[in-house]
Amino acid sequence: MCGIAGLIHRGKSSKVGHELQGMLQALKHRGEDSTGYALYGDTDGKNFIMRFKVGENVGEGSTSVAEDVSVYDERKKIVDSYLNEMGAKIIKDERILPYSLRYEIEYDKKDLLEFSQKIESIPGVEILSMGKSLEVIKDLGNAKMVCDRYNLDKLVGTHAIGHARMATESGVDIKSAHPFWGYPFSDVSVVHNGQLTNYWNNRRALENKGMRFMSECDSELIAVYLAEKMRDGASLEEGMKESLTGLDGVFTYFVATKDSLGMAKDTMAAKPLVLYESDDLVAMGSEEIAIRSILPQEIDTYDPFDGEVKVWQI
Amino acid sequence: MANIKSASKKTKAQAMGMHTEVLTGRTQQKFFNPDEAENFYYFGTHDVDFNKRTDLDVKDMTAAEANKEIDNLMGQGYGTIVIKNPQGKHSLGVGILNKLNLIFEGSLGYFGMGSCDGPIVRINGRVGWSCAENLMAGKVVIEKNAGSCFGAAIRGGDLICKGSVGARTGIDMKGGTIIIGGDAGAFTGFMMQRGRIIILGDVGINLGDSMYDGTIFVGGEIGSYGSDAVDAELTRSDQDWLKRKLKVAEIGENFDVSKMKKIVAGKKLWNYDNLEPTEKKGAI
Repeated sequence: MCGIAGLIHRGKSSKVGHELQGMLQALKHRGEDSTGYALYGDTDGKNFIMRFKVGENVGEGSTSVAEDVSVYDERKKIVDSYLNEMGAKIIKDERILPYSLRYEIEYDKKDLLEFSQKIESIPGVEILSMGKSLEVIKDLGNAKMVCDRYNLDKLVGTHAIGHARMATESGVDIKSAHPFWGYPFSDVSVVHNGQLTNYWNNRRALENKGMRFMSECDSELIAVYLAEKMRDGASLEEGMKESLTGLDGVFTYFVATKDSLGMAKDTMAAKPLVLYESDDLVAMGSEEIAIRSILPQEIDTYDPFDGEVKVWQI
Repeated sequence: MANIKSASKKTKAQAMGMHTEVLTGRTQQKFFNPDEAENFYYFGTHDVDFNKRTDLDVKDMTAAEANKEIDNLMGQGYGTIVIKNPQGKHSLGVGILNKLNLIFEGSLGYFGMGSCDGPIVRINGRVGWSCAENLMAGKVVIEKNAGSCFGAAIRGGDLICKGSVGARTGIDMKGGTIIIGGDAGAFTGFMMQRGRIIILGDVGINLGDSMYDGTIFVGGEIGSYGSDAVDAELTRSDQDWLKRKLKVAEIGENFDVSKMKKIVAGKKLWNYDNLEPTEKKGAI
């Protein structure tokens, strides 16, 4: 089933980590195999924040194979040496969990493709997000468990999207969890509720064009599909509109960039979405109770129609 | 193959080989007699007084607790119940088989007022997916918007949304009336079998797709027609009925019904008994 939620504050910042946790926790009955956050925090915009993993969570119903922590240590060392080779200076490094790390990096080049390919050439290493504002945090368990584990409650920012996952078409692991980073674009993330039925056809075509897939989760296709459109010069909104015909199946998905948040709904409107929109806040989720977790007072909400694409700026 | 064209209606099923046994015994059909309506009650329903009114705050209740409390209050004879702080909870007010005046001060989540028979309900907010699914009788009025599958499979009663509704409104409906003050999404009236849908605003793609029967009236633009949905003449009788219905529904009383479009089933998809196999393909 899966549940998605997102919010964007316009003209101000807020505790988006705490707010999104409440929204996703309200949707936990839609799936709690894993939960993921894409948080756009307040930063000075100088350095990149790289969230990456050097292994999988092997507890909590995981389908992953257990590895010794020394393997993680070894992978981290290689990452550090590769960063050094590429001229990326580590300003701050945090090892949140044995397999999950957060680096602040000083890196001048704009093209992240070569950078990402180099880092991910290390077996078992995956960049969860790369951006100057975006941080993707995803792990097994429900929203509160992940929020507590990664101390996300106090993160202040402008917007965020998240996903509560019921694993259906791929494993219970972090690599299949949402959100997906719009590799190799800085600060682009995607969450999705639904099923894509032309996944393999699209995947083969995109891989032939040099795009990268890290999982076998059909939702990852949306991030890669949009990234490819943007690589070819399309705006985010143009890419999203093209996706309504380019992607087959049933879907509602959210995309976020450094300064915007968008939603798209398939032409059959088969997946739910409730939306609240005011001058200073847009909040949306698979069910109204997600929005109610941050806006308990009486508000006007609506369901976007079939084939609708909307984008909001901060 | 049996010649079903020449078979009488009574023996058509036998001619097609659907069944051969001779049916015996008493009929299972039960016919409703309006004269005996006052004596007709479901098991476990209550005699309530509409003038006996109370409030119920469900803020800290689960849906099951709230629904049980509504039942308890009806058991105490309350005929008018005002629900405070529903806050988008799912499955509120389901399974009420009773006369009742029920008012929600706020919005409902999914499956609100599902499987009800008889209550008069006003929701001063929005409703999520599948509101009033399987409604048998009564009236449900939503002051704001509604989600998808609004009035799915209703058998009777009036279901009114003053705002806009999502996709698949009236899917599989078998009776009753659905009235929409605003716009409606894709696949409105999908596979409807009986009843009427009135939409004052625009409606999305595939209107009335694969409808068996029933009627859809649209005041605004139509995205596209679904399979076997066709235009029909809007008669004077239709217009009179629409005016009456919109007035009773407190919605669009001054709406110019003479310009509404009437959509019905072309009956080429399901009425295969009258078609040769090649004709069936053409119809599809």
